Amino acid sequence: MAEMRGTVSIETDRCKGCGLCTVACPAGIIVFKDNSVNAKGYQPVTVSDSEACTGCGSCALMCPDSVITVQRATPERRAVHV
Amino acid sequence: MSKTLMKGNEALALAAIKGGCTHFFGYPITPQNEIPEFLARELPVAGGVFLQAESELAAINMVYGAAATGGRAMTSSSSPGIALMQEGMSMLSAAELPCVIVNVQRGGPGIGSIQPSQADYFQMTRGGGNGDYRIISLAPSTVQEGAEMMLSAFDLADFYRTPVFIVSDGMLGQMMEPVDFPEKVTRPLPAKGWAAVGHGGQRGPNTVKTLALDPDRLEQINNRLQEKYARIAEAESRFEAYQTDDAKIILCAYGSTARIVGNCIDMLREEHIAAGMIRPQTLWPFPNKAFQNLPSGCSRILVVEMSCGQMVDDVRLAVNGRIPVSFYGRSGGIIPHPGELVRQVKTLLGRA
Amino acid sequence: MTVNFSRSKGLTGQETHYCPGCTHGIIHKLVAESLVELDQLGNTIGCAAVGCSILSYNYFNVDMIESAHGRAPAVATGVKRVHPDKTVFTYQGDGDLASIGTAEIVHAAHRGEKITTIFVNNAIYGMTGGQMAPTTLAGQKVTTAPNGRDANHCGMPLKISEMLAQIPGAAYVARVSVHSPKAVRQAKRAIKKGFAYQLAGIGFCLIEVLSTCPTGWGLSPIDALQWLEENMIPYYPLGVYTSPEEA
Repeated sequence: MAEMRGTVSIETDRCKGCGLCTVACPAGIIVFKDNSVNAKGYQPVTVSDSEACTGCGSCALMCPDSVITVQRATPERRAVHV
Repeated sequence: MSKTLMKGNEALALAAIKGGCTHFFGYPITPQNEIPEFLARELPVAGGVFLQAESELAAINMVYGAAATGGRAMTSSSSPGIALMQEGMSMLSAAELPCVIVNVQRGGPGIGSIQPSQADYFQMTRGGGNGDYRIISLAPSTVQEGAEMMLSAFDLADFYRTPVFIVSDGMLGQMMEPVDFPEKVTRPLPAKGWAAVGHGGQRGPNTVKTLALDPDRLEQINNRLQEKYARIAEAESRFEAYQTDDAKIILCAYGSTARIVGNCIDMLREEHIAAGMIRPQTLWPFPNKAFQNLPSGCSRILVVEMSCGQMVDDVRLAVNGRIPVSFYGRSGGIIPHPGELVRQVKTLLGRA
Repeated sequence: MTVNFSRSKGLTGQETHYCPGCTHGIIHKLVAESLVELDQLGNTIGCAAVGCSILSYNYFNVDMIESAHGRAPAVATGVKRVHPDKTVFTYQGDGDLASIGTAEIVHAAHRGEKITTIFVNNAIYGMTGGQMAPTTLAGQKVTTAPNGRDANHCGMPLKISEMLAQIPGAAYVARVSVHSPKAVRQAKRAIKKGFAYQLAGIGFCLIEVLSTCPTGWGLSPIDALQWLEENMIPYYPLGVYTSPEEA
């Protein structure tokens, strides 16, 4: 199976710092951003190791505020319409 | 006696316990949740029963059941919840059951807002439920007054066998003021021989009901209720007069609004404008007497409410055309500022 | 080929008032995505209820009608009877549906109203500050049961899915959860089915979604997910309680 790779982008100023994505990520690469406060006063999350992202989308799935966008390249699978 | 700083809602709840409440049935709604929350904690400790009902409709019917069996029951809610209870209030009045109901008014109509208002005056004084009935409506204007009114409310209800409203609002409910709880002044209360408690083979069965299919019978019942309401009107109407003796213009307000009007009077007096205030403390029976002997120099009345104008109707009825009655109000949950009232008075007096 | 996980067109994109980590946001997404995938976005009328989700009309990209507390199923009935060809849903919390609204939901199911109800069960009254709900667990401390729900005083929590599934008019009743990505995927499937069955004109559909209330429960959003899994699921088992596929 071809290796899955993903790209994650986070709308930092809409993040409420709830942390649900940090426990959803199977690779453990979403973390709270150190010493960071966003425009709303929350501590937002960030991707700590984008190379390790498989694009599974669990973070985007769990985010209650839809601030995470994930793109996954999956050459061997049919596209799943979301 | 030393005073305690308490939130209005909580002071009402504590006063209810001290006033003899045995049962509370209610439902969460902003801005009165401190009342059920306080009673959930403290009423059982005082030997009473707290039960959260599934809805306001259920709550008022639980009150009906508890009262019908001799309990000293109460409920509390806010405007939309009070609207749901109207059927129950008609039932309670018709069956002549004592109970206490608190309304912490919020903006309406509909779901409205959670900010204070006085837009339930009609709900409190005109019924809202079906039929000819009246409910004693007490309108405190400070946390202390609320506590004192609540302290004697259960006795008042038992004395007349009738429901009693405490008409509060979101501001009075949420604010904190120093309060003490004086010794309750008791009235001699009749025994509740009418209550449905089980006849024990000792007497004929008691029935608590409101159905009366025979028109003559129902008219008799209505006449008896009206006679009771006339007695209540004679004995229980209350008002406060502030600086009215030499007033050229008298403002009329109740509850939170009366506090703001009081400040407005003081501001006007500093400018040598002779203004005064009549503050109804009972919305029903409405203190008509206060408007019958107005000072001869008084040329106008200004009614101020946090509504689009409800109590103003009763003021107009009481004044009966003798002098003009104007109205100023804010709705939506907006609380008027003393400054805007001062401007309003000056405009009316031609001194804008 | 690229697969995208991004904000659904079924949401307006307005930032929500929900507390950080509140699972209303996840459930809103699942409803929105289902409507988009079934191509019903322009054909849908939602009935908002009273609770934290009272402002849901700001977030769903569909026409919506506010309902009084507990009355959404009656309001939805009015809508569906005028427009049988539209997709009509209610979105209700446990105070709204299981407390004041029990008559309305029972009768919507009883009549087999062809609507879809999303029932968000977080075992508490969130909006009004954390009072007991009919779904509050035994022993769970809330503001109107400060010593914990006492079953002797006010009964054990209400199991809505089990109750409604017995009603002949209820076509599809399922209980799901959103405490993990796997649970969320299963919840999405159930919610989408709840709308698909409505489109097929089969009958009343209700999906009960176990959810968190970090603020009301006094837990962090992450701990709240764990509390749900450890405490709510044992009492409220996940599963399908009635389905057209059985009939």
